[in-house]
Amino acid sequence: MNTLLTTRSQKIAGLLLGLIVFVAGILCSIAFGVTDISWYTIVKSYTAFNGSQEHLIIRTARVPRALIAGIAGASLAVAGSLMQGITRNPLASPSLFGINAGAAFFIVVGSAFFGAGSLATFAALGFIGAAFTALLVYVLGSMGSDGLTPLKVTLAGAAMTAFFSSLSLGVLLTGGQTFDQVLYWFVGSVAGRDMGIFTTAAPYMGIALIGAWVLARHMNLLSLGEDVATGLGQKTIYVKLAAAIIIVLLAGGSVSIAGPIAFVGIIIPHLTRYLVGIDYRWVIPYCAVLGGILLLAADIGSRYISFPKEVPVGVMTAIIGVPFFVYIARRGGTQDE
Amino acid sequence: MSVIQANNLTLSYGKKPVFSNLDLLIPEGKITVFIGSNGCGKSTLLRSLARLLKPQEGSIVLDGSDIAKLSSKEVARRLAILPQGPIAPEGLSVQQLVKQGRYPYQSFLQQWSLEDEKMVKKALEVTRMDELSNRSVDSLSGGQRQRAWIAMTLAQNTATILLDEPTTYLDMTHQIEILDLLFDLNEQENRTIVMVLHDINLACRYAHHIVAVKDGDIYAQGEPEMIVNDHFIREVFDMECQVTADPIFGTPLCIPYGKGRKPIRKRIVNY
Repeated sequence: MNTLLTTRSQKIAGLLLGLIVFVAGILCSIAFGVTDISWYTIVKSYTAFNGSQEHLIIRTARVPRALIAGIAGASLAVAGSLMQGITRNPLASPSLFGINAGAAFFIVVGSAFFGAGSLATFAALGFIGAAFTALLVYVLGSMGSDGLTPLKVTLAGAAMTAFFSSLSLGVLLTGGQTFDQVLYWFVGSVAGRDMGIFTTAAPYMGIALIGAWVLARHMNLLSLGEDVATGLGQKTIYVKLAAAIIIVLLAGGSVSIAGPIAFVGIIIPHLTRYLVGIDYRWVIPYCAVLGGILLLAADIGSRYISFPKEVPVGVMTAIIGVPFFVYIARRGGTQDE
Repeated sequence: MSVIQANNLTLSYGKKPVFSNLDLLIPEGKITVFIGSNGCGKSTLLRSLARLLKPQEGSIVLDGSDIAKLSSKEVARRLAILPQGPIAPEGLSVQQLVKQGRYPYQSFLQQWSLEDEKMVKKALEVTRMDELSNRSVDSLSGGQRQRAWIAMTLAQNTATILLDEPTTYLDMTHQIEILDLLFDLNEQENRTIVMVLHDINLACRYAHHIVAVKDGDIYAQGEPEMIVNDHFIREVFDMECQVTADPIFGTPLCIPYGKGRKPIRKRIVNY
């Protein structure tokens, strides 16, 4: 077993360290940016709010932004690891399986034909779109007598991605309106969201994260294959269904609040397996913590890459993610340890 | 009393019916081997006994109760199945694999007990996998890998173990090693073993009871010595052969007719 952390105490220590870095990331995300804010002011904005410009920035922009980056990163990573487990495909992730494209399509249609314009409406539309696409991919992937197979669900995901992306572009091209807001959402960003968006989505995502951890033991068994799991008394259909619901809540939730941010769902699960192996009881909490850290770090970085202008965080994760993606694809082909 | 019994069983694969109105008794505490030509449905039958395939009609009765009415975990505490060619995820250790055998004994509140620990240890010892328990399953040889999977079913601690082609893709040494292990489990622990085998000669040597499947029906069943002869092989496998006695074990030995070299100097004595 070539994992970095082997003993139980090492894994617990690693997780605690991760949590500390996560919290530090939240604080840094609040403090650093176009205007740096002192720690003292951050505390004051909550203990003694005075309505000043700085306090307003903290409470209406910086804090929701940090929290959204944290929970979206955590959710995307956990969703990715569950998808990779269920489909037995190491490259499975929300963006590859059509969930992002489906969410985007609903938002485009909503704003082109039904006058949706605010980010809150986008969030709701995005969530419905993600859930709808996930259901569609699940049903398409389960058709036929042999039920849900990894290959079929992967093909269904790829087909849905292509289908919804084309439709979205078609609507954007022929719509003839300006879609500034849509475009902004399209690349993935955690900036400019208010606290309301976070507090609406966070409970669902929080419950889904806990659910993922409860499901971990059953995911471990399911990873041995459908027949083995059934033979050991698992009702595999329930485990898959529960995982699908959790994936929709996590991926749909994060796509609706932060846009289609790619690669977090691929990078983090692989990094996690390298650290703690394949036991989901460790993989899930590590993914949550590390995913949050990655998106927080990418978001903080995005403020400095072309300072004082900000780059959307989706662009940052893509820059980090593409080389990593190629690396995994190559490694997978050469029978690594 | 028989442990597993199929009553009026109708099975189909997709839309195509494989068996209709089949009755079968699996003798308790014996080794039973299903044989038949490729695609005759012997694996389908085995899978249905382990509730991996739902029958169209009829029922499987385990210790007197309908398997469909028992909880799946309850079934898993009495009957284990090793499917054909299982694949462990990359990086899974032997120990982690064998621990999964305790799944039917666990719940949200009872996650890992001393009994679980004991059973895993014993399963690793019996299969001689204890020294390899930290190795990852995908790094093992074919025979070791199959032993690791068998260890998982042993950790399940069931009276009955079903195995779908446990020796396929193994070389002869490892085929014998696996079959000897199953033989010992039957002899020493009185476990009921039911398996699908391709090799008719090995089936005759290890099985107390042979079930020959042909054209969606059971062609014959019984002790190999009583049922396996030239006519039997011709009917079940559609092959001409001569059945003689195995020079060492005395069990039926099938020598197929067909083409081949005929050396001038024949060696009659032992090689």
